[in-house]
Amino acid sequence: MLMSEWLADDANGSGSGYPFGFLDDGAKKEIRRGLLKAVAIPGYQVPYGSREMPIARGWGTGGIQITLSMILPDDILKVIDQGCDGSVNAINIKKFYQSVANVAVTTDTLAATLIQTRHRIPEEPMTAGQILVLQVPYPEALREVEPSETETRRMHAEADYGRMWLFLYEDIVRYGEISISYRYPVTVNGRYIMDPSPIPRWDIPKLHMAETLFLFGAGREKRLYAIPPHTRVEPLEFEDHTFRVEDFGGKSCSRCGATDTFLDEIIGDADGGRKFFCSDSGFCDKRSAAWNR
Amino acid sequence: MGYVAVKGGIEAIENACRLFALERSKGESSPLGVDQIRDQLYLAVDRIMGEGGLYAPDLAALAFKQAAGDTFEASFMLRAYRATQPRLSYGLPATTEGMRVIRRISSAFKDVPGGQILGPTSDYTLRLLDFDLLEDDAARRAAFRERIFNDLPDGSEVPETFPKVIDILRREGLLDEARRTEAGQAPPDITRQSLNFPAPRSVGLQAMARGETGGMLLLAYSSMRGYGNIHPTLGELRVGYLPLVVPHPDSGEPYTVGEVKVTEAEVLARFEGQDGLPRFSLGYGVCFGQNEIKAISMAVLDRCSRSERPGCPAEDQEFVLYHIDGIEAMGFCNHWKLPHYVDFLSDLDRLRTAQQIARKEGCHADERMAG
Repeated sequence: MLMSEWLADDANGSGSGYPFGFLDDGAKKEIRRGLLKAVAIPGYQVPYGSREMPIARGWGTGGIQITLSMILPDDILKVIDQGCDGSVNAINIKKFYQSVANVAVTTDTLAATLIQTRHRIPEEPMTAGQILVLQVPYPEALREVEPSETETRRMHAEADYGRMWLFLYEDIVRYGEISISYRYPVTVNGRYIMDPSPIPRWDIPKLHMAETLFLFGAGREKRLYAIPPHTRVEPLEFEDHTFRVEDFGGKSCSRCGATDTFLDEIIGDADGGRKFFCSDSGFCDKRSAAWNR
Repeated sequence: MGYVAVKGGIEAIENACRLFALERSKGESSPLGVDQIRDQLYLAVDRIMGEGGLYAPDLAALAFKQAAGDTFEASFMLRAYRATQPRLSYGLPATTEGMRVIRRISSAFKDVPGGQILGPTSDYTLRLLDFDLLEDDAARRAAFRERIFNDLPDGSEVPETFPKVIDILRREGLLDEARRTEAGQAPPDITRQSLNFPAPRSVGLQAMARGETGGMLLLAYSSMRGYGNIHPTLGELRVGYLPLVVPHPDSGEPYTVGEVKVTEAEVLARFEGQDGLPRFSLGYGVCFGQNEIKAISMAVLDRCSRSERPGCPAEDQEFVLYHIDGIEAMGFCNHWKLPHYVDFLSDLDRLRTAQQIARKEGCHADERMAG
């Protein structure tokens, strides 16, 4: 059935028939306990009984389950996809939330108490009271070098990360530098190598010694993990090949003029002409409004 | 009703066939019209046409009805029907630039020339059972259609054609073109020649275009998930109608004889070019009807097949192409239900002999131990 029809039913008083936050209390409790364990062991992947959501696997069901297990009626929610509040998937998820947990929503990073995101961390530094929930397609940073889950769990347990370092070294030999673009592996709290979800390298430094709690959910792969506030998060690098963020060559946002944000490249016409806009649409809106005032 | 009677199996077999037909027509519901299947279960029809390798919506719907909803059997019937038809002509090569698009998206760029056209898709529906559909009737449908058409905004015109996202990247030299389909040669016809390895890309694409959706999904998913290393970006996915153009039998002039609905997927994945320059390489998928899972899986597997050293099943062209044909696979899987008592008896004989030998040797060994 269409989302709009379901919402219309709800408005007519027939009710969605689901509890606040969609999940039953048992599921919420299980996920929250999993999250507590994840916070206690930063960067460690906690297996959990991922539930079937009415949104397809791979579309953010891990993040959705975290958000729904924590959301409270007085929360102010922001949902972004690739940095944008208005992209189809973000809107879809936000509408689902509003129908099962009718909380206030915002596009302002600083006004939100809870932000769910796919593939970006907002540009404005988040504060201590806020939580960022990241949707994760591949929770396993070592998958690049080892397809078997049994084996990667052993590697994590024994901190047997030699093959990952070798992979990076070979990458340098082949390409002159580490060619991993997004999903750049990090070491959390000096112990676990962790997949930060497909955020660009640009966002990696924001994870380090942050004020905010970061929660990661992989619904299809059934894993939860976390980076608590004030935790060391270091991208894998060598002394002579240090980690670098994306370089936009001095380009600026065509809308708000920003030169200090992650930019989306957009094909403006069939001849391949390009334009650049802030990927963080909420931040761009805020700056544009300030300019026009 | 004996399964393998020593003699007289014919009657039992005929009764089994009749019983299947009876099972399908049991119950009080009214008979299912082929037109209903074609219109209301169109995604099943699309899938059957693709896997059967014949674009014939009415026949696919008939096959689906006859097979009581088994897509393997239905595709099989369609493919068998196809085998009875003469090969009159080969369609002229077509690009999808002239496609009458009903859906077109790119996940590589936020916006693309022509725009993101979502079209008809279940992607954004909530997978909640809609119990209202239990009371579906003509009046309800009419009201639904009226609501939709009354609410239509005075929208801008949809362009007739859309530029290809991939072409823009191609012009910038970001694509590796080392292994495009063999240009200038007529592609071999896999319905007339058996597979040989290494198979030309055109053969792989033909085989996959009529491959079984679930089998291709399984292999493509294994590669996306970790057994392989393809992290695809969907350059463009489009669904729409393509004109079918054939050379006129007398004049040889191009002649449009109709149109077919197809889904086309182009995925991008990183690759090191032969000149050592890293580029994107393209995986290509296309199939009859609207079947996006199949088109995307096909594109991923096409991209996988160019790995120089296959490191996993999805990258092994022979493994993929020999196992994705649903009709061959289902036939062989079902053939194990045929009597195999001669072979099995022979097996039994070997097993009993081997057991005897093992026991004898075991005794000797025990004696040696005791001694």
